[in-house]
Amino acid sequence: MKDNNAIYTTHDLAVGYRNGKKEVTLLSDLNLTLEKGKLVALLGRNGAGKSTLLRALTCDERPLSGYIQADGKNLLEMSQKERSRLIGLVSTERIQAGALTVEELVGLGRQPHTGFLGRLDDEDHKIVRQAMTDAGIIDKASDYVASLSDGERQKAMIARALAQQTPIIILDEPTAFLDVASRIETMRLLQTLAHDRGKAVLLSSHDISQSLLLADELWLITTDRQVLTGSTAQLVESGAMDRLFLNKSIHFNNQILDYSF
Amino acid sequence: MTYRRFAVTLMVLTVALVLLAVACLVFGSVDIPVDRIVDIFTGKGSGNKAWDIIILQSRIPMIATAALAGAALSISGLLLQTTFNNPLAGPSILGVSSGAGLGVAIVILALGGSLGGLLGENVGSYMAILVGALMGAGVVLAVLIAFSAIVRSNTMLLIIGILVSYLTSSVVQLLNSVATEEGVHNYVSWGFGNFSGVSVAQMPIYAGIIILALIGSALMVKPLNALLLGTRYARNLGINVSMTRNILLLITGILTAVVTAFCGPIGFIGLVVPHIARMSLGTSNHARLVPATILAGADIALLCALASVSNPHGIIPINAITPIIGVPIILYIIINRRRIQYFN
Repeated sequence: MKDNNAIYTTHDLAVGYRNGKKEVTLLSDLNLTLEKGKLVALLGRNGAGKSTLLRALTCDERPLSGYIQADGKNLLEMSQKERSRLIGLVSTERIQAGALTVEELVGLGRQPHTGFLGRLDDEDHKIVRQAMTDAGIIDKASDYVASLSDGERQKAMIARALAQQTPIIILDEPTAFLDVASRIETMRLLQTLAHDRGKAVLLSSHDISQSLLLADELWLITTDRQVLTGSTAQLVESGAMDRLFLNKSIHFNNQILDYSF
Repeated sequence: MTYRRFAVTLMVLTVALVLLAVACLVFGSVDIPVDRIVDIFTGKGSGNKAWDIIILQSRIPMIATAALAGAALSISGLLLQTTFNNPLAGPSILGVSSGAGLGVAIVILALGGSLGGLLGENVGSYMAILVGALMGAGVVLAVLIAFSAIVRSNTMLLIIGILVSYLTSSVVQLLNSVATEEGVHNYVSWGFGNFSGVSVAQMPIYAGIIILALIGSALMVKPLNALLLGTRYARNLGINVSMTRNILLLITGILTAVVTAFCGPIGFIGLVVPHIARMSLGTSNHARLVPATILAGADIALLCALASVSNPHGIIPINAITPIIGVPIILYIIINRRRIQYFN
């Protein structure tokens, strides 16, 4: 499945954590591909290794083995600066930016492209405004980040990643703290970014039914620590959805695209 | 809109700086008529040799010392607050000042003298004291970095800072027990805090180091802003986080050490002034925060200096004044933390 649209590939990647000298492997032999224009959802139960995998994919943690190729180069050998122009991140990390305006926050996304003092020129301001428009947060441009609702804050963080103008956007649980309406809005926004802007978008999520509906591709972490990939239709047909949870009484219902018990 | 607020704030702080400096020039334990002070400045001389000396060799160096110390401590506080992602961080509460103080005490004992005679005119000895202060501040900062990797909690880091302060002060007391009585006396009076300790001859070194470090901090606004988003986002924005953190703490260490060596361990200014700057600007954008913090720090220090000479019966120690200004502000911030933007 490696066509020209592939922008990001992992090669025999193994991820986990190091406990002193001991290495604990969570997931191994990963050969995953992100393509431009596609929205990919990473699903798995709690503790399956979603966050660990994402941290390795964004180079926040070194993988235990294997390597990642992004835009034709080895991601692990790139400088921090080069990586910052390839991957935009939206994480669940607490930020201290309540007293910045939305516009200032989104402006921080320009840092990989600005000079030593981080001043924004006219072109940067234009990109920042476009990013806010695309993320649907332009109305709040001069509001303080502290005054935003959770959903608006998530939009602002997505706008920040957009302003970074990276071909790849990786989001760690972008819908975790949102109400249903904001969740749908956020997922739609990410879908649009993939389909209309040609971004390669990867997100991890707890929200299985919505991911099934909106994602172009799924990465499923099964209970036996394998990562199954494919379109929703493929995975649902193959019965892979039943390998997501250990509990035998929870079954995936192909009709309603959700779990029943 | 916010730019206007920035411009107005800087203007107000600058005007306040000038007024406070003039006030410090005019008021003091000796009354000197204003027209005579003007005469000194125009080169005519006041006709009173003692007045000339008081103005040129005491009050002017004191004003410069205080303004620079206030700016230095405030920037230290700002850098610590952003680096440790902790709004209650500051050079004194985290033990950086007391670390520098311990370094000073050790150097003086190692030089064979008493703990007194701090910063005499001998260039070699006060450079040694400066190095001692730097080492002391550096050790405390290294301890804080090490602990911040282990304990993730902000409160715990503050408690560790306070423990470090206790530890250093007990070591200093142990050193004092083997020092001469005069040394102990000098050490105690140094601990009161004092902006009159920098002589005209020492001024170039004192001012030079502080101004360079302040310029250094102004050059760090881009990574400082990235750090507002936390280390993971900062890394994603292309910032080398560990190198940035080391540079920021190096600047903090230098600023705190120089001020502590010359003026004593001065509390509260470093903790409070960044909050004053944030609240008056309504932003945590460092491009605006750094200049406002420098000016507000100089203002507050001059205010303290003015208060310290306001007593006709003698000089009030600086460290008796800073808590009176600082504590109400900190309490205000703690009580209103839900309403203050940068806590959310």
